[in-house]
Amino acid sequence: MLTFLARRLSQIIPTLIFVSILIFSLQQLLPGDPALVMAGEERDPAVIEQIRKQYRLDQPLPIQYGYWIKGVLSGDFGESLRIKMPVRDLIVQKLPVTLQLASMAIVIAFLIGIPAGIVSAVKRGTGWDYAANLFALWGISTPNFWLGIMLIFVFSIQLGWLPASGYVSLAEDWRASLAATIMPAFVLGNAIAAILMRHTRSAMLQVLSSDYIRTARAKGISERQVILRHALRNALTPVITLGALELGTLLSGAVLTEQIFSIPGFGKLIVDAVFNRDYAVVQGVVLVTATVYIMLNLIADLAYVLVNPRLRS
Amino acid sequence: MAETTLSSPGIRTLAPLERPIQRAWRSLVKRRGAMVGLGLITAFILLAVLAPLVAPYDPIKTSWAFVRKAPSAAHWFGTDDLGRDVLARVIYGARASLLAGAISVVIALSIGVPIGMIAGYRGGVIDALISRITDAMLACPFLILAIALAAFLGPSLGNAMIAIGISATPIFVRLTRGEVLSVKVEEYVEAARSVGDTDLQIAVRHILPNIMPALLVQATLSVAAAIIAEAALSFLGLGQQPPAPSWGSMLNAAQRFLTNAPWMAIWPGLAIFLVVLSLNLLGDGLRDALDPQQEE
Amino acid sequence: MLRKNWCLAALAAVLMTSCGTLAQAQTTLRIGLAEDPDVLDPTMARTYVGRIVFAATCDKLFDIDDKLNIVPQLALSHETSADGKEVTIKLRPGVKFHDGEPFDAEAAKFSIDRHLTFPGSFRKPELASVDHVDVVDPLTIKLVLKAPFSPLIAQLTDRAGMMVSPKAAKEAGDKFGLRPVCAGPYKFVERVQQDRIVFEKFADYWNKDNVFIDKIVYQPIVDATVRLANLKSGGLDLIERVLATDIKDVRADSKLALSTAIELGYQGITLNIGKDKAKGPLSQSAKVRQALDLSIDREALNQVVFNGEFMPGNQWVNPSHPYYQKAFPMRARDVEKAKALLKEAGVTPPVAVDFMVPKGAETEAVAQVVQSMAAEAGFDMKIRVTEFATSLKQAEAGDYQAYMLSWSGRIDPDGNSYVFMKKNAPQNYSVWENAEADKALDDARLVTDMAQRKALYEKLAKLEIEEEPILYLYHRRILIAHTKKLEGYKQMPDGLVRLIGLKLK
Repeated sequence: MLTFLARRLSQIIPTLIFVSILIFSLQQLLPGDPALVMAGEERDPAVIEQIRKQYRLDQPLPIQYGYWIKGVLSGDFGESLRIKMPVRDLIVQKLPVTLQLASMAIVIAFLIGIPAGIVSAVKRGTGWDYAANLFALWGISTPNFWLGIMLIFVFSIQLGWLPASGYVSLAEDWRASLAATIMPAFVLGNAIAAILMRHTRSAMLQVLSSDYIRTARAKGISERQVILRHALRNALTPVITLGALELGTLLSGAVLTEQIFSIPGFGKLIVDAVFNRDYAVVQGVVLVTATVYIMLNLIADLAYVLVNPRLRS
Repeated sequence: MAETTLSSPGIRTLAPLERPIQRAWRSLVKRRGAMVGLGLITAFILLAVLAPLVAPYDPIKTSWAFVRKAPSAAHWFGTDDLGRDVLARVIYGARASLLAGAISVVIALSIGVPIGMIAGYRGGVIDALISRITDAMLACPFLILAIALAAFLGPSLGNAMIAIGISATPIFVRLTRGEVLSVKVEEYVEAARSVGDTDLQIAVRHILPNIMPALLVQATLSVAAAIIAEAALSFLGLGQQPPAPSWGSMLNAAQRFLTNAPWMAIWPGLAIFLVVLSLNLLGDGLRDALDPQQEE
Repeated sequence: MLRKNWCLAALAAVLMTSCGTLAQAQTTLRIGLAEDPDVLDPTMARTYVGRIVFAATCDKLFDIDDKLNIVPQLALSHETSADGKEVTIKLRPGVKFHDGEPFDAEAAKFSIDRHLTFPGSFRKPELASVDHVDVVDPLTIKLVLKAPFSPLIAQLTDRAGMMVSPKAAKEAGDKFGLRPVCAGPYKFVERVQQDRIVFEKFADYWNKDNVFIDKIVYQPIVDATVRLANLKSGGLDLIERVLATDIKDVRADSKLALSTAIELGYQGITLNIGKDKAKGPLSQSAKVRQALDLSIDREALNQVVFNGEFMPGNQWVNPSHPYYQKAFPMRARDVEKAKALLKEAGVTPPVAVDFMVPKGAETEAVAQVVQSMAAEAGFDMKIRVTEFATSLKQAEAGDYQAYMLSWSGRIDPDGNSYVFMKKNAPQNYSVWENAEADKALDDARLVTDMAQRKALYEKLAKLEIEEEPILYLYHRRILIAHTKKLEGYKQMPDGLVRLIGLKLK
């Protein structure tokens, strides 16, 4: 176990270094000049030159990278070119929003995906099974942004039930907050629910055909007990791990959904920063979300190994 | 994750390739979902190829007198903000979407598979290096990678395909590597090596055919993902250039007219949904059909 | 079963209460913006949307009225010396900044000096004519100019005229924009990036008797349809940049009102003359540019894309503007003449044109209409949708033949012309070089009399229309929709949302 942990940990450092190089160089590949973008309608050459100097945009790339990494290591992620705010503060500001949206999406995914998976496994081959499978197919086949647009069309424009966009924090008004985030959370959760449903189904099928379930049944334990007590517990571990991984992708993966619903989370922050060439923001936020993603991966792997000792070797 | 198929060594032998393919096909034909998917895809491909014959109007012909008209007998899907026939644009849009889906996956395959094979087959430092880079790419959000690459290459359908292809590469690297690791210890590889086959020969003749099923399944599913990604890039203005239609750019334009002309958003969205759905159906069917364990 | 019902009821309750408007003790005006503003420091700011937010918090020395006359705000009056090189400004007494510091001549000098000298200041070019500022007495300052500059007072109606608290500005340095301290009607409370900017009523505002709303919240919502949906559902009270195609919708809604004015800016196509690497026909011959112009039906364009709500135009100010040159009216579309001009110029259609179009659904629609119209005259406009950031760079490098361009407009006509047409000016992307035009532009800066200036601009208009470095297409209507509960709203042509005198029933 320890050697496994040590090996995985030793992989994380080089991965993170590559992540940092990747986002830094990708950023620099982008055409356009951040100083020009920053200047907006006021394109005075002297002022633009001044900005380049101030943000070291005029220096060679390796040196810029060096400054950035040096800052990151001491907890300084640089400053947004566009609004002059430290990137660290921006991340702190956005984190609760993204976490709320991501956790709501995951909760929705679990609430839909797991029961659907159980039902379709237990009632294999029946109409229930088909319905659940169809739902799963719908979930993975609907483009997020289209679903988002359609939800806004139906629930905000036609019915007027839910606010079309915007964000209210839970602390400020939890009801308004839920109303504002339920549609985007559903859009995100819907796709994950489909994936969870499929995994729950196959895990359940596997467990249900295993020897000890047969033994349990033979002992005369009620089917309900067999499923809920014995089968589910064993089937759910990989599903929950998968859910944790999906949470990781949600942190920055809600790019278009956040854009459509004007949810001020990481996804919207990154995309807007890419288009505004706000380098420090893109680099900082992607680095943070990538790190979280890698860590969640590690935790998921560890959980796997703990559950399946066979994999330790 | 731990999804490597645990086929017991020795069972798989150097059987002629036709047999498993025929077997898989027979198994596939029995799966209704997969057949529906295959049928729909074929229909869409036909639509795309025969677009000039099928489409009722020229997809880029503007008509100032027919701006944002609701569906009618003359325009089944209605007209868009510049008076163009939405049905014709959906039909021609299939070209962009299907092409983008297919080509970007071909790009991802042709970069990802060799790299993955090298990593899996050689191991050691090369493997470590490739694996870490792959991990790093997978840790960055897919769409952000694609957006950045598309912006770098400049907006055009071709460049969007390249951007999506490169962003999708790490999945194939990882998959190929894993498959190679599980295959390369098999007896027939050892046998080939002892006969003196070169690494390249072993890779192409023995390993590739054996990892084909897994790649095929992943490729089908990736085409679906790539079609969504192309739509997303076009939606953000980084894909197909106007006035040529693509489903994503149609959705992009439609967003402003959700209240006044909802049909502009409904049809292209539905088209994406159907194509992706059928690819997923087909992919699922393929997975089941090609999985030796599923054989009953 | 019972539990399930309870759940549904709770869910319904959640949804309903959150959608209905919540009664609040104090009045809050929620404004939907089309973009997230940039830094809120008048010295460093550079976006149109940012100016809308400044209207709440930073008063300026001067302001404009709906006829574009300059009226005093933090200043009381101004006087220009006979040689035009000294401008004396009397300041309003008894004005306080949000931090309680007094606004006086020292503070005014500090603010202008800050605009002039702060590293990275975007106001520096606007105030380039100012040599230095003298404090005459505690309520009088004198701007000493390097040369006469007639648009100066107009500059002071915008960000260059915004006064900041010297104490706060010194303390905050380049972080001032995170917490601006000015002398406007509302005080900065908080900003959540991409989400909201909150202001509250400033108790010591000099004109506090005309401030009736307690709190202002700005929320950036990029999608226009969604912005309107929020206004309709009551989630917002006022939104800017309503789509022209949604006007009917707003008018049909009995709860909503629409306030409009024609913008100061313009929308057009810059044609690359001096820097076209490919040396395409468009850059080589004014006749080809004329042909392109003649191929476009501006009124039809307006009808198709904007339901006829905008104003077609052919100059850098709109046809209702005092500086519009009536001697050069818009020409009607004439495809035959366009074809003839192409023939005269010796080019054979189709004339391929690399048409760079900044990303944006509306811009792209306009571009496609232009493309379709120009095709009939023999142009093959190849649209290249380009990210805004990239388009700036490519425009500067001359990597385009035609470039769709949007200018938000300035109060003085100089702000709509000089930087775009003067030789070597920063936004002369066309690289048009014409000594006569340069002279007209320079001369117009020296005189203050409107008739004289207009005569100078007439020369410029003639040259511009002959040479056509910029093909002007139309002027947007500033479209502000708000709930009828809001009283006293009046739209000024600069597009800003002024809050003085507004009441929320």
